[in-house]
Amino acid sequence: MSNNMKKEREALFSAKNIKLLKNPVNLDNPITVQVLGICSALAVTVQLKPAIVMALSVTIVTAFSNLIISLLRDTIPSRIRIIVQLVVVATLVIIVDQVLKAYVYDVSKKLSVFVGLIITNCILMGRLEAFAMGNKPWPSFLDGIGNGLGYGAILIAVGFIRELFGSGKLYGYDVIPKAAFEAGYVNNGMMILPPMALIIIGVIIWLQRSKNRELIDKS
Amino acid sequence: MKTLRQFLDKNKPKFEKGGKFEKFGSTFDAFETFLFVPNKVTFKGSHIRDSIDMKRTMSVVIIALIPALLFGMWNVGYQYHMSVGEQSTLFGNFWFGLLKTLPLIVVSYVSGLAVEFIFAQYRGHEVNEGFLVSGILIPMIVPVTTPLWMVAVATIFAVVIGKEAFGGTGMNIFNPALLTRAFLFFAYPAQMSGDKVWVYGLNEGNKVVDGFSGATPLGNAGIEMFDKIPPMMDMFIGTIPGSIGETSKIAILIGAAILLFTGIGSWRIMLATVLGAVGITLLFNAVAANEYMKIDPLTHLMMGGFLFGAVFMATDPVTAAQTNRGKWIYGILIGIMAILIRVLNPAYPEGMMLAILLMNTFAPLIDHYVIQANISKRLKRTKLVVNK
Repeated sequence: MSNNMKKEREALFSAKNIKLLKNPVNLDNPITVQVLGICSALAVTVQLKPAIVMALSVTIVTAFSNLIISLLRDTIPSRIRIIVQLVVVATLVIIVDQVLKAYVYDVSKKLSVFVGLIITNCILMGRLEAFAMGNKPWPSFLDGIGNGLGYGAILIAVGFIRELFGSGKLYGYDVIPKAAFEAGYVNNGMMILPPMALIIIGVIIWLQRSKNRELIDKS
Repeated sequence: MKTLRQFLDKNKPKFEKGGKFEKFGSTFDAFETFLFVPNKVTFKGSHIRDSIDMKRTMSVVIIALIPALLFGMWNVGYQYHMSVGEQSTLFGNFWFGLLKTLPLIVVSYVSGLAVEFIFAQYRGHEVNEGFLVSGILIPMIVPVTTPLWMVAVATIFAVVIGKEAFGGTGMNIFNPALLTRAFLFFAYPAQMSGDKVWVYGLNEGNKVVDGFSGATPLGNAGIEMFDKIPPMMDMFIGTIPGSIGETSKIAILIGAAILLFTGIGSWRIMLATVLGAVGITLLFNAVAANEYMKIDPLTHLMMGGFLFGAVFMATDPVTAAQTNRGKWIYGILIGIMAILIRVLNPAYPEGMMLAILLMNTFAPLIDHYVIQANISKRLKRTKLVVNK
C-alpha cells in the first residue's frame, strides 16, 4: 500500500508540472497562440506600469480561481458550473481590485474598468473549463500561474515597446535623453493609439511562428 | 551596353546554384533584370507571355510620375522664394527644389530597398520590383519639410508590415506608399499637417513676407477660410503649397494620359473615382447645410491630393479591385469617401489617403461579390436549360 502511494505521488515540480508552467509562456501562449484576452492587451499597454500590474492581477486571479475550482470540481453540478466559476472569479477579482485601490490608486485609476473585466477574460474561463474542471489542484494552480505569466509576458513586451517609443519613458521615467529631442527626435504618436498594440502583437505572432514552424496553421 | 552585358554574363555563374556567391543570387538577378529585359522563355506547354514584364510596367508608371515630380521640385523652390520675398529664375527655383527633394527620394529608396533585399535574401526569392514605384511615390506625397529619419522609419514600417508580412509584392492589401504616409500622419501629426510644413523654411521660423501663408487650399477650407482658397488657375497649374507631387493638376493629367495610353492605369477606376467625388459634391451642394458643402465639384477636384490619388494611388493594380464591375464600385466609393471625410470631418483636412486605404481593405470583398453574382447569374441560365 505504501509502495503504491509512493508511485502515485508525483514530485511537486516534475517534468510534467514544469511543462504546465512553461508551455503557456511560449508554445501555448494564451495571447499569441490561442488568441485570447486581446481586448485588455490593447487597452492597458500604453505604459509599462499598468501592464505589469494587470499582468500580476491576471496571474493571481487565474492561479487561485484554477485552484479553487479544481478543489470544488467534484461537487459542482455540471449544469451550473459556469455560474459557480463566475462567482469564484468575481470574488477574486473584487479582492484584487480592492487591494489595487488601497495600495496603487493611480494605477488602479488607469486600469479603470479593465480590472473588473478580468471576470470576463477569455483566458480565465478557458483555463477553468479546459483544465481546472478535470485536473488536480496543484497542476491546476501551476497551469493558472503559467497562463498568467504567458499573458503577462506579452503585455509587458507590448507595454515596453509602446511606452518607450510612444512617450520616451519606461515605467514612468524618462529614458530617451534630452539631446535626442533637441536633435529632432519626436515621440511616435501612433504608439499611443490602440491599433499599434494590435500591430505589435501581430509582429510578435509573426516572429514566434517563423521561429516555431509547427505553430503555423495548415490550410 | 555590350560591355555591360558581357560583364554580367561573365559573372553570372558565380551567382548561380553552386557558385561562389550563391547566397546573393537574388541581388544579382535584381540588377540583371533591371538593366536588361530577361530572356527567360517557357519550354513546356503553350503559354501566352506578354513581352512587357513587371519591371517594365513599373518603369512606365515612373515615367508618368516624372512631370509631376519635376514640377513639384520647381514649386518647392518657387514657394520658398516667394515666402522670403526673393525673385528667382526658373532654373534657380528648380535647383533649390531639387536639392531639397533629392534627399527624400534617396532616403525612401535606400530604406525601402534595403528591407526588400534583406527579405529577398532571407527567403531566397527574387527581389520584388514593386518598390521602384513606391520609392518615388513616397517623397511625392509628403511635405518637403518632413525630417529624413521619419521618412526612413515610416518606409521601413510600411514595407515590413504592409508588404512583407503579407508575402511581398503582389500580396499586399495596402498601397505601401499610402501606408507610409498614413504612418507619418498618425505618428508625427505635427510634422505632417498645419500651415508650417508645406513650404521649406517655414517650420524653422524663417521670416516671411507679409501676407504670405503656407496653408494649403484644403487647410484653409478645413478652418472655414473659403475666401483664402487660391484662384482655380493657380490650383490647376500648381503654384500652391502642398505635398511635393500633388500640386500641379496639369502634370498629373499628363501622367494620367501616359498611364491610359499605355493601358497600365485603369480608366475605369480613374473615371469612377472622379464621378463618385462629383456625385457626392453635387449632393452636398443641394443640401448646403454649411459653407463647406457649397464648394463646387471642380474646386474639390483641384484641391489637395485628390487627382494625384485617383491617378496614381487608386489605380495600383495590386490593391485595387480586379474585376471590371468591381473597379467601378471601388472607384466610386473612393471618390465618395474622400469628399465625405474632407467635408464632414474637420480633424482630417484631406480624405483621399484614408479613403483609398479603406477601399483597399474592401477591394477583395467587392471582387468576391462581383464574381459570386456572375456565377449565380450563369447558374440560373443553365437551370433554365435543364428544366426544359
